[in-house]
Amino acid sequence: MTSPTGNPAGAAFDASLRLEVEDFLYREAALLDEWRLDEWLTLFTEDTRYVVPTTDLPDGDPSENLVFIDDDIVRLRARVVRLNSRHAHREYPWSRTRRFISNVRITETDGDEVSVTGSSLVYRVRMRQTDPYVARFFYRLVRSGSGWKIRYRRAELDLEALDAHGAVSIIL
Amino acid sequence: MQIKDLIIDDRDQGIFKVHRSALTSPELFALEQERVFDQCWLYLGHESEVSKPGEYRRREVAGRPVFFARGNDGQVRAFLNSCPHRGAMICRQDEGATESFQCFYHAWTFNNQGQLIGVPDEEGYGPDFDKSKLGLNPPPRVEGYRGFWFVSFNPQIEPLVEYLAGAREYLDLIADQSEVGMKITKGTNKYTMRANWKLLCENSMDGYHLQPTHQTYLDYISSLGSDVSGVDVRRPRAGVARALGNGHAVIESEARNGRPIAHWHPMYGEDAKEEIAQVRAELVDKYGEEWAFRMCDTSRNLLIYPNLVINDIMAITVRVFWPVAPDHMDVTAWNLGPGEESARQLSRRLDSFLTFLGPGGFATPDDVEALESCQRGFRAKELEWSDISRGMHRDPKNSDEQQMRAMWRQWHAHMMGLGHVNTVDQPGRDRQTLTPELIAGDDD
Repeated sequence: MTSPTGNPAGAAFDASLRLEVEDFLYREAALLDEWRLDEWLTLFTEDTRYVVPTTDLPDGDPSENLVFIDDDIVRLRARVVRLNSRHAHREYPWSRTRRFISNVRITETDGDEVSVTGSSLVYRVRMRQTDPYVARFFYRLVRSGSGWKIRYRRAELDLEALDAHGAVSIIL
Repeated sequence: MQIKDLIIDDRDQGIFKVHRSALTSPELFALEQERVFDQCWLYLGHESEVSKPGEYRRREVAGRPVFFARGNDGQVRAFLNSCPHRGAMICRQDEGATESFQCFYHAWTFNNQGQLIGVPDEEGYGPDFDKSKLGLNPPPRVEGYRGFWFVSFNPQIEPLVEYLAGAREYLDLIADQSEVGMKITKGTNKYTMRANWKLLCENSMDGYHLQPTHQTYLDYISSLGSDVSGVDVRRPRAGVARALGNGHAVIESEARNGRPIAHWHPMYGEDAKEEIAQVRAELVDKYGEEWAFRMCDTSRNLLIYPNLVINDIMAITVRVFWPVAPDHMDVTAWNLGPGEESARQLSRRLDSFLTFLGPGGFATPDDVEALESCQRGFRAKELEWSDISRGMHRDPKNSDEQQMRAMWRQWHAHMMGLGHVNTVDQPGRDRQTLTPELIAGDDD
């Protein structure tokens, strides 16, 4: 049993698990900020899903609502191929990004799988412009050997519109 | 420079140039509000967004706060979103459902048909105070065509169906895809571009840029396999460009990527093949092969002048964009599909949408970059003219630019204070629609 905002009911707060998850998220953020996208792709399970809902419907369900991004592993790989090419014009040359991740909480543990939520702030800097993407994130991570793999990854933007950003051309 | 000189249009010599100040000048931008946006029919929303009594949607149209609602009597109405009393905004949420709207400032209350039904301490007003004359105000004109609702701030404008001219046929091609009515999906793309709004008119129906700009999209779709025609999506597609009158315009192209209505592509999966063939057969039964061919096996990028785009391509997107400054526009875009689609069909349609469209798709971000890049390029003001002459010497193809010239010719006429003008390159060059014979005979 879990509550949407708290730790598993009755379970003791597991500081070492949270540190482990936070460390994973920080390393993932570093891969993205350094544009090491091929390495980043190895963090995903084959049945993964990466979702970014629209700004007016943060709880949007991609099967019945329009979202910004709904990638399975095939499209996620294609997205990386695109971003690594010289033809994703919004990201060629690449923007600079810097991710800040905080308020990390484990909301559920189920065998090898943990559900994680938290806050993210991703600055995208390009052409003398700085655009912040503010979001709440959700992950489902599954233990894989000594590390973790991403089975579900979702960024719910707090923005009311992509007011200056124009697009979601980076990974959020 | 005088307004009449902003466009060089020599239909015999095949010269068409637009002076770039039309895309950068603050003075022309201000004039555009009066002479274009205050004169035309402007898109408000789709009836499916307010399918039940009491439902409402808030919008901004040509800078005016407005909202539209379906009253308890079933009628769709549009209102200026300003209290007739002292001006505060009545509708304060983007969407919802309600029996009544109450102004928070002095608590005047209106029912969902716009009638004033409550005034606190009404005794404070004199004997001539007449609540029946103080209801919510509609924009001067509000009309709908097959589910698409428009408003105009020009009381003298012709009826909407006349204004739509040749674009009606293309709205029919979309509306006919459903028995029960087309439906806007929940979830809205709201984004901005730091570019002039007319660049998005051009870009939304620009077949010439597909291969160079959207190579990564074409590579991705191609990697998934080829459609029923077996021809690689990266090869140029046959198609035509038409001026539809009154500034409206379209390009029609043979479908090579999937079309959720009824053109299969491997990305939809083998198990979808039969279902899609079935839908196509039903449409042939209902409308005949010619109309069904156009609905299923051709795509179209449609501009309803001045600022509504309906692209019926790998999905249908309804996109409206409002100028904020000469180099800045706000874009809102939706997904549209048949209301009777099954959960599986809708899911397939949405998946198809995301391959190309929207701020997170594989193509739209690159269009944003292209348009912003043009706008920055215009700062090199020694370069005064843009060339939009492609295809003036022939029956225009989908990779030509007659459709853009149509928009520009009407815009130019409006800016000179004129009404509707002939927007076609040469007589007869607006007539051809895309047929299987044309596709077979295309030598590209």
